[in-house]
Amino acid sequence: MWRDALLVAGKDIRIELRSRVALWQVLPFAVLVLVLFGFALGPGPKALRVAAPGLYWLAVLFSTVLATQRSMAIESGEGTRDGLRLSGIDPAGVFLGKAAAVAIQLVAVQVLLGAGIVVLFDVHVQTWWLALAASVLATIGLSAAGVLYGALSAGLRVRETLLPLLVLPIVAPVLISGSRAWSAAVSGAVASGASWLKILGPFAAVYLAVGVALYGPLQEVA
Amino acid sequence: MDRAVHLRSAVALAGRFPALSGVDLDVALGEVVAVLGPNGAGKTSLLRTCAGLLPVTSGEATVLGCDLRADRTQVRRRVGLLGHDPALYDELTALENVRFSVRAAGLGTERVGAALDRLGLVGRLGRTPVIRMSAGQRRRTALAVLVARGPEVWLLDEPHAGLDADARAFVGALVGEAAASGAAVVLTSHEPDLSVPLADRVVVMRGGRVDDVRDGGRCVAGAADRVLVAVRRDDVGVA
Repeated sequence: MWRDALLVAGKDIRIELRSRVALWQVLPFAVLVLVLFGFALGPGPKALRVAAPGLYWLAVLFSTVLATQRSMAIESGEGTRDGLRLSGIDPAGVFLGKAAAVAIQLVAVQVLLGAGIVVLFDVHVQTWWLALAASVLATIGLSAAGVLYGALSAGLRVRETLLPLLVLPIVAPVLISGSRAWSAAVSGAVASGASWLKILGPFAAVYLAVGVALYGPLQEVA
Repeated sequence: MDRAVHLRSAVALAGRFPALSGVDLDVALGEVVAVLGPNGAGKTSLLRTCAGLLPVTSGEATVLGCDLRADRTQVRRRVGLLGHDPALYDELTALENVRFSVRAAGLGTERVGAALDRLGLVGRLGRTPVIRMSAGQRRRTALAVLVARGPEVWLLDEPHAGLDADARAFVGALVGEAAASGAAVVLTSHEPDLSVPLADRVVVMRGGRVDDVRDGGRCVAGAADRVLVAVRRDDVGVA
């Protein structure tokens, strides 16, 4: 399973590096979301600093939808979905590999957005380990949930419009927990921030486990 | 000879609709079977069923001794399907596509170079992303995937389509080599001139069933011409 996951992740990342969809579409989109929400909130620096963690995670969530759609589009080419089913790769390995590739793209998005909120909103993180822990757990949860629901909608003609409707409500706990944990990391309130990790951790674990168990059957019916 | 494919009253579904409606077919290892028939006869569905891609809902269905209803994953690892669509990743090169497929099958990559070489996908062409290739070159890349994987059952859906004369001749040689090595080959075609001479048996399908079985060109000297005359007379939707 792990060998297959590495193989699939390597393939997806290689395709992304060559197509540069993440570089030219997902990353600019994430920054655009951050800037536009900033415009909507107005020029007050205090309001922007307070809202920055929430805006950051909203941008990450929207980017997750784009990255997941792209990940599924790779397998929607001429016969490639059948090719993957016939390849002999463990479906659990496909799930983990695709989730890992999406996670790597989300890390790049978060690095850029992190720099964005520092530069644009003058936000400074006090407790780095808390922000990093929240980001790691949220990234795992978002990529696992995204790929799982991406597989669910993969075979449908309306998949592009259906995927956001499926994913965004499901990942609402990540938006809430990530925002609160980051707010705590910015203000230095470690105890209250760490409690939100108790939601992000199980969320990631549950979606990883469900994805490993269900990706195979989903591949068959999608 | 051992049985590679065994279907008895097999019914398979494509979505909610029956794609095969009670097919009886046996293919031995080392045998080449050409499947002819009009559009919608069930030729592609037959291959997809044998590859474990379409679910069998009733009847007996085994490939290489594995039950298609219970063990489709095992079947998929051991068969090779060349479908209408080449099943390649557009952004990857021919070399990368073949290498990925070989690694996915748990095989060593030492056979990749030889497979690309045989299909003429060497040098700059082998390093060209598939998206920039012609339809024929993409087809050759898909064939290189099969050659590198060396499956025990070759399922070829119109393997001559979109290929130039040299590549068509290569397909003929490849089918012969696969059969000589002990693999079973099932190929569909709308071009009996190309497919019948390669086959031990010719299966004619209509309405999701096997309608007729005849000797192919490899079986009896001169049979190819007789079968060609017969299939044209019977108007089974071939060119």
